[in-house]
Amino acid sequence: MTRANLILLALIACIAALPLFGGAYTLRLGTIACMYAIMALSWNVVGGFAGYPSFATAAFFGLGAYIGGVLLARGAPLTMAIPIAGIGSFLIAALLGAALLRLRGHYFAIASLSLIEVFRELVNNATDLTGGGMGLNIPLAASAGVMADATFFFYLMWGVLLVTAAMVIAVSMSKLGFGLSCIMQNETAANMVGLNTTLYKSIAFGLSACFVGAAGGVYAAWVHYIDPSDVFDILYSVKPIVMALIGGLGSPLGVTIGAFVYLGLEEVVWRNYIQIHSGVLGVLIVLLLLFLPHGLTSLRGWRLWGRAKNV
Amino acid sequence: MSEILHLQSVSRRFGGLQALRDVSLTVNKGEVIGLIGPNGAGKTTLVNVVTGVTPATAGTVTFDGQDITRVKTYRSARLGLSRTFQIVQPFAQFSALDNVAAAALFSQPGEGLKAAREEARRHLAFVGLEAQSGQQAATLTLAMRKRLELAKALAMRPKLLFLDEVNAGLNSAEVERATELIHQLAADGITIVMIEHLMKVVLNVCSRIVVLHNGQLIADGQPRDVMTNPAVIEAYLGQQYAQRVGAHG
Repeated sequence: MTRANLILLALIACIAALPLFGGAYTLRLGTIACMYAIMALSWNVVGGFAGYPSFATAAFFGLGAYIGGVLLARGAPLTMAIPIAGIGSFLIAALLGAALLRLRGHYFAIASLSLIEVFRELVNNATDLTGGGMGLNIPLAASAGVMADATFFFYLMWGVLLVTAAMVIAVSMSKLGFGLSCIMQNETAANMVGLNTTLYKSIAFGLSACFVGAAGGVYAAWVHYIDPSDVFDILYSVKPIVMALIGGLGSPLGVTIGAFVYLGLEEVVWRNYIQIHSGVLGVLIVLLLLFLPHGLTSLRGWRLWGRAKNV
Repeated sequence: MSEILHLQSVSRRFGGLQALRDVSLTVNKGEVIGLIGPNGAGKTTLVNVVTGVTPATAGTVTFDGQDITRVKTYRSARLGLSRTFQIVQPFAQFSALDNVAAAALFSQPGEGLKAAREEARRHLAFVGLEAQSGQQAATLTLAMRKRLELAKALAMRPKLLFLDEVNAGLNSAEVERATELIHQLAADGITIVMIEHLMKVVLNVCSRIVVLHNGQLIADGQPRDVMTNPAVIEAYLGQQYAQRVGAHG
């Protein structure tokens, strides 16, 4: 295992100590931080490793939230609802991926974007099952108080993050990761050396949806109420890409740090510029990308390079 | 000699362009065939049709007794059909070693990454790139990248190898070196079909020459016979000669 991956696991382990230090607000932030990191890490599998710019994160987040939410509303236990949300998202994504991933570049980006709309409309129209535009109420689990709930859902989300990170690290060290890297660099050549690119891309797309779906399930249980415009929010698709760009495309440690930095920026900007927070955040992101096109992980190398030039 | 590849009345159309017209061709085991013809004659299309990149619109392709007309590229690669690209197609960010390892890894079922790298080292040594094995493919010279293509193709343990202009863009010393490699491969018993514009190399290496012109097969036979064939001189050899004269005059 590379050093960056070890640092990633250590970083995630450190986050587990968060409940020792903060109140409900900190835990809420921590839960969202884990959720963002799951999204960014998952996006990295298809966007970073395979080089396919997917905008489908929101689609599978919403799908997972509704699978989990519907199951919970029908009385299924959390231990069943979350895994089913993840596995369901994996299967649906892998199947759709086999068709969508024939497109490349911008065409794929637009097609993946349309998935959000398709799923949103499906949920909107399946009123009996999902409550449609009225949203879906998810019954409160037997609660032991505000703090206990916050801690519970924080650890649940953290657990999903840990599994996601383990998956991403396993992929990056496996034959699958090697193959995805081939596809990213030269898909024609990858085909020509006997690599079944359709299969590899579908698995990557499925894996990138799996844990996002599980996180959606956790989110539904956590907030107790979901509606289509909330969970199928296109921002959930854009944010992971921005996080990956901030942190450094392709590097699991980079995108995780990117997710945390992004959340920090979002929170600070939101607090201080409540009226124009989106605008300020946008400007900050543009500046970051302009001056750090290869993300925060390039900082270390950049400094070494600067020193070497002065010798 | 037993037959390894057979094309029966193969045609390929791109919209209004008939790139291949009713081509029938048999390749026997152990042969080294030169595929020549003017630019746009359909030579690369022929390779693309056989390897499944752009399947034939009509006709059948049989490889090793198996109909592969509609077989996907990655499958025909696993069957033992490998090729080099005219415009080299390396995995640019990988080291030379990993480029070749990828070919060994994905073309052989059940191969592990470690074993694939071991094998890759052998093939790199064969093409004389062992010193560059750690170097990023994007930073290699063109001649080296061409040899890397060859090493990748070899790592797939081909039964039939298509060489698409391996010598284009190389200087004469590099051409000599590449020709030597092709001779060695032929001696090892690999069946080779090479697309080549350098007649010196074709005559030096090939046991049979096939000529394409406007998507049609206009000649197929011993080098000596093909070189004196009036249709070939008209379509290809004479034209090249005229160009050379034109350039000097």
